[in-house]
Amino acid sequence: MKLKVFVLAGMVALVASCGSDGKKDDKSAQPQEEVKEAVEVDPMKDKGIGPVKSITLGEIDQAMADQGHELFKAKCSACHKEDKRFVGPALAGVTERRTPEWIMNMILNPEVMVAENPIAKQLLAEYLSPMANQSLTEQEARFVLEYFRTLKVAE
Amino acid sequence: MKTIFKSLLALTIVSTILSSCGNGGDKGKQGALSGSAAEKVYVAPGEHDEFYAFVSGGFSGQLAVYGLPSGRLFKVIPVFSVDAEKAYGFNEETKPMLNTSHGFIPWDDSHHPDISQTAGELDGRWVFINGNNTPRIAKIDLTTFETTEIIEIPNSAGNHSSSFVTENTEYVVAGTRFSVPYPQRDMPIKEYKGNFKGALTFISVDPKDGTMDIKFQIMMPGFNYDLSHPGRGKSHGWFFFTTYNTEEANSLLEVNASQNDKDFIAAINWKKIEEYVNNGGGTKAPTNYAHNVYSDETHSATSTMKKEILIVNPSDVPGAIYFLPTPKSPHGCDVDPTGEYIIGNGKLAAELTAHSFTKMLAAIEGKKFDGEAYGIPILKYEDILGGVVKQPGLGPLHTEFDGKGYAYTTFFISSEVVKWKLGTWEVIDRKPTYYSVGHLMIPGGNSRKPFGKYVLAMNKITKDRYIPTGPEVTQSAQLYDITGEKMELLLDFPTIGEPHYAAGIPAELIKERSKKIYKLEENKHKYVVKTEAESKVVRTGNEVHIYMTMIRSHFSPDNIEGVQVGDKVYFHVTNLEQDYDVPHGIAMIGAQTSELLIMPGQTETFVWEPKQVGVWPFYCTDFCSALHQEMQGYVRVSPKGSNVPVTYTLDGDAIGAE
Repeated sequence: MKLKVFVLAGMVALVASCGSDGKKDDKSAQPQEEVKEAVEVDPMKDKGIGPVKSITLGEIDQAMADQGHELFKAKCSACHKEDKRFVGPALAGVTERRTPEWIMNMILNPEVMVAENPIAKQLLAEYLSPMANQSLTEQEARFVLEYFRTLKVAE
Repeated sequence: MKTIFKSLLALTIVSTILSSCGNGGDKGKQGALSGSAAEKVYVAPGEHDEFYAFVSGGFSGQLAVYGLPSGRLFKVIPVFSVDAEKAYGFNEETKPMLNTSHGFIPWDDSHHPDISQTAGELDGRWVFINGNNTPRIAKIDLTTFETTEIIEIPNSAGNHSSSFVTENTEYVVAGTRFSVPYPQRDMPIKEYKGNFKGALTFISVDPKDGTMDIKFQIMMPGFNYDLSHPGRGKSHGWFFFTTYNTEEANSLLEVNASQNDKDFIAAINWKKIEEYVNNGGGTKAPTNYAHNVYSDETHSATSTMKKEILIVNPSDVPGAIYFLPTPKSPHGCDVDPTGEYIIGNGKLAAELTAHSFTKMLAAIEGKKFDGEAYGIPILKYEDILGGVVKQPGLGPLHTEFDGKGYAYTTFFISSEVVKWKLGTWEVIDRKPTYYSVGHLMIPGGNSRKPFGKYVLAMNKITKDRYIPTGPEVTQSAQLYDITGEKMELLLDFPTIGEPHYAAGIPAELIKERSKKIYKLEENKHKYVVKTEAESKVVRTGNEVHIYMTMIRSHFSPDNIEGVQVGDKVYFHVTNLEQDYDVPHGIAMIGAQTSELLIMPGQTETFVWEPKQVGVWPFYCTDFCSALHQEMQGYVRVSPKGSNVPVTYTLDGDAIGAE
């Protein structure tokens, strides 16, 4: 009789410990991430997450910028304006606020960016509408970047 | 010697233990078996199924897509019936798909899906399916899982022995169940005999884009043509159709069409007829039937009425058509993977008949005929018989093959699936179905290369199998594991409509080619606008055309004024998204039509005829983002003749200002 009770108690303990183990893991993981988020990021050094690792910019190539402008009108303008906050942020002067790699990665890999990149996460929190993936190629994103370089901040 | 004996003994004991485990599984219905059956059909969250099953909806008119082995329903593809969920038959783009010589037909009875083949194996490009009631054949594109073509079949009625394909999808066939007067005319029904004809239609399929075209129609005697299957391998070039009502009765068929001891399987040498037709044979006859084609570029369907058809009279092509006597009103007509055996599932017969293709050719060669019917030679049953499965069950209906030498036949009356061996004709196993099984399906079962892992049996009656839902209860499909000698029932799942017939295929043959979005730059819809800046509202008389765009999560324009009571307002709506799985919907208060559900890069149109003055909202119906609930707009409706001008804005700005 005593033995039976002992076994039962042992099993309960086992089950309980399994459950609490799992929960503990979850709890300990979350605060760590929060700490990371609070770390200051220099937007002009952050290259973002995605296929674009390093871009070297030369003089503005107007032909590329023109192609970028056409692409922008077709794929981006429903949510972004030059000088006006719309669904997403205004884009004038964006190349002075973000690295070229970050901009292209945000165009090409928005799902991962808004989930994992601190700056993009902050933008999502502010604008609520997640950046849409418009399935541009890397070359097309490069043209759009060139177009952005021609946009001046309104004084 | 002793050692050998000992080790033999040990081996025997071990194998006894092993096999008893196996047998135990077969015998027991509960316990360990249920556990292993559950594991076999369990597809973990996020994992993919191994097979697609395309299961017809019968009287629902549609085609359902399930995963196997899980039995999960992924999509109901609208084919012959309108579908408000997808706006099929409701939006302006798809209305022409349901056009026929009788006008717009919103429903049909979809029966036998069959997947396209190349060299006798499934190629996963298209599924074809027949509409029974107003005879039509539809083609579903397996990159988009949308119905992209429907062709009406003239001179036909109860389009039932359809829509099966030849080895290289050269043709999809459509055979008439009901014979009808040819040409159609006002005549006494009792003069059926000799005046009614049964049309077997061969529709060519363009190997590049799949475009269907009626190549020729064979005007057969006035029997009922029930099912059909193509020859393959050695019998490629032939097509086999079961017949019943060879009595040519026109009333109380359940008695009068069951008189003859044997009906026929019609063996058609289509290659011979194709050659005859290509050399100018056949008679061009006037006709009127619809050919409806949907384009992925214009996102719109067009309907064209065809006015001529090529008729072939069997007696004009000697040596092309023979009758194979087959016991008692055969239903299924199935050809084994080698192409040698043609199985006649005589639904009122006590036996299952397998004709031999080799013997059939020999009999034709030796001109061993047993008379003729309407000029078509009848072969002798004994001369062509390949074998008989004795007393397999009651009411054989349909046979499929596993590619390993075994066949599986459903028996409607005795509610079972029976496994038997080709060549020896012995019954290997039988398992009950719940209840009244019709057709069955092994993925690739109608090809040279079946994937003999599962068989899916489709039941007409479920009675006590599920929690009740009033007088009307679901029909069902049941999945059996057929990898062992004995079949094992794994799963029992409810279906849409009547799961009449199915075609299955390994998922890997399709899923890599499944389209994710429509490219906006390739959109050639007449009313597409590809940027918000181009969105606009145009009035022509009392027609108002709204060229609208949608993207997460707003419409452009979203404030429209200048619409009047009595106007006909067209919403032409383009989804500007270019990302996977971001459809948007739109619905307008008081519109006498369905919502639109628009895929990325696609344009669709609905019509709204406002009847009341006021300011009326429209909104997105598909939960598209965290701001979905904000995706809405207003149309101001003024009295007829009002001087409120047409204006359209977004965020207070006139559209076009960048």
